[in-house]
Amino acid sequence: MKPILEVQHLTKEFKIGAKQERYLSLRDALAKPFRKKDKEASTFLALDDINFNVGAGESIGIIGRNGAGKSTLLKILSRITPPSSGKIVCRGRVASLLEVGTGFHPELSGRENVYMNGSILGMRKAEINKHFDSIVDFSGVEKFLDTPLKRYSSGMQLRLAFSVAAFLEPEILIIDEVLAVGDAEFQKKCLNKMKDVSMNEGRTVLFVSHDMNAIKTLSNTAILLDGGKIVKNDKVGEVIPLYLNRIQLTNNWNRPEKTAAPHFTNVSIVIKDHQPQLKLEVTFTVKSDVKMNKAFVAFNISSNTGTMIGQAIPNLDPFIDVSFSEQTFATEIEITGFIPGTFLVSAWIGPHYSETYDWQKDIVGFNIVDSPQPGRVYPHASEQGNIVPFSKMINS
Amino acid sequence: MTEYEIKAKNKFSFGLAELIQYRELFYFFTWRDVKVKYKQAALGILWAILQPLIMMLMFTLIFSKALKVSSDGIPYPVFAISGLLIWNIFSNGLMNSANSMVNNANIIKKIYFPRLIIPMSAILTALVDFLFALTIYVAILIYYHQGVDFTKLFIYLPLSILITVVTTFGLGSFLAALNVKYRDFQYLLPFMIQFLLFANPVLYSAKAFTNPIINTIMKANPIASAIQLCRSVFTGQEVDWQGVAIGSSVAIVLFFIGIYTFRKTESYFADLA
Repeated sequence: MKPILEVQHLTKEFKIGAKQERYLSLRDALAKPFRKKDKEASTFLALDDINFNVGAGESIGIIGRNGAGKSTLLKILSRITPPSSGKIVCRGRVASLLEVGTGFHPELSGRENVYMNGSILGMRKAEINKHFDSIVDFSGVEKFLDTPLKRYSSGMQLRLAFSVAAFLEPEILIIDEVLAVGDAEFQKKCLNKMKDVSMNEGRTVLFVSHDMNAIKTLSNTAILLDGGKIVKNDKVGEVIPLYLNRIQLTNNWNRPEKTAAPHFTNVSIVIKDHQPQLKLEVTFTVKSDVKMNKAFVAFNISSNTGTMIGQAIPNLDPFIDVSFSEQTFATEIEITGFIPGTFLVSAWIGPHYSETYDWQKDIVGFNIVDSPQPGRVYPHASEQGNIVPFSKMINS
Repeated sequence: MTEYEIKAKNKFSFGLAELIQYRELFYFFTWRDVKVKYKQAALGILWAILQPLIMMLMFTLIFSKALKVSSDGIPYPVFAISGLLIWNIFSNGLMNSANSMVNNANIIKKIYFPRLIIPMSAILTALVDFLFALTIYVAILIYYHQGVDFTKLFIYLPLSILITVVTTFGLGSFLAALNVKYRDFQYLLPFMIQFLLFANPVLYSAKAFTNPIINTIMKANPIASAIQLCRSVFTGQEVDWQGVAIGSSVAIVLFFIGIYTFRKTESYFADLA
């Protein structure tokens, strides 16, 4: 049997620095002939000669760091944006879920939104009618069906949205990181539904996730992307360790440019111990070619989606004095109960909280794989916070 | 099983088969826009009737009472409303469709469906308003005991609507495509529409033009043809069929230019919007 999807030499190029690509106004177009020629715009390959086949009924996880090209690949597969070269042969109806609740309108009622969203996702009215009760049942918002969506809590909106999507019946389903929605109970329900879709209904599923647990549960094959290229396309068990190893690579940062003022030249980070009591060992080197006042450091930890989690200040008194020299310091940060995912660390140094010598944002990162709750099978959602406070039953 | 290819440049087509496949989306987009438009208004859909009514009263006051503009021998309100009905399909449809791609950018960036559905539905929304506005039209005809030629009514009126919709669709999809890339059109359009309102024989008789050059331009103007057709149902005036033929041809040309431009550029909308 022919593969249901054939991706051949797929390449997507973006121009960067080209002004007419970014700032779109008629003025630019009119002024163009009169302007000195801009520097040749540099191009950026979001996808670089991607080749793979997907057999009918296969379930494939697409993983990679931010900026690896995952979302671009999904966008081309869902025909939202065209490739620059190469092609994809599709042999089936594709439905894509790049976002939950596409086309939801706050003024329309829940019922109306089910129809609107369903039809945008490619369902026929008859199909929506057929599944309507199941959709509402799955979402658990039947009491508010005739209430405008703007009065829904965001959780309720997501549940309704996912429920519509759950009843799509395409041959190929494309999903981008939409599992991380709703409360834990609902997430479990979604994960089960997805498992059902990919394993039992024999549908072809391609999905992107940063959650390795979800990838392990839902797919048998995984594709690891990095820098727009396929690094590995193999069994999930083979690909995931490779991905995690690559993430570790960002643990060491060296300053790219030179400066005389007090600054970090190197920051590196290592995870020690196990969940839920992890330790980060941060080693940093500070250099100054000028006289500097004693300084202290702070490390900000944020999730890779940009949520700030906390600031660690290893020593409140300015303790670093490296005028005309370079020194290395080691610090230890305890982090308790972080959810699995990628986290980024920014480093700050200064003599006073109101004065900064150097501030390097998101320069090193670490990846947490295991849940802080041993035995938890359903995924954590960053919507519920990035930290899982330690909790236990007292009166059992 | 459907088999298709996703490539950098697909061969040009109007994509009719796909439009038919996704036909239900026309209904849903139109339905959504109509619903949302009047949802927060206490008077709701009544506004679709009130808006042209107020416009008609306003223009009657200015053009008929104050300026004594000739209205081809029929009561000025009947004259004005028969022009305004067609005009409103055009102006609202053009406004809606020109801004439609930008307004629906969040959907375009997340899901695929034939993009033409968006500007087309935007015009259908204006047509729904028109259907409601027809009720005042009937009311005014009764009020003024205006005789109606029914054979003309069932041929001329649909024909004039068709010409208007085809023209609006051509210009609308053209502007929608340009607007994605150059938002300037969003700001330019209200002026264009205002200018066109006064440049078209909506509020005054086309006979007011005596300059032969302007008369030639008016012949090529599909909206003027549509208004003329719509009016002749009530005035019993002879229709200048040569003018209508020219106007219709212009409408068809605009239609194809609009779709062509739109289809040529639509694949990059998601990157630009």
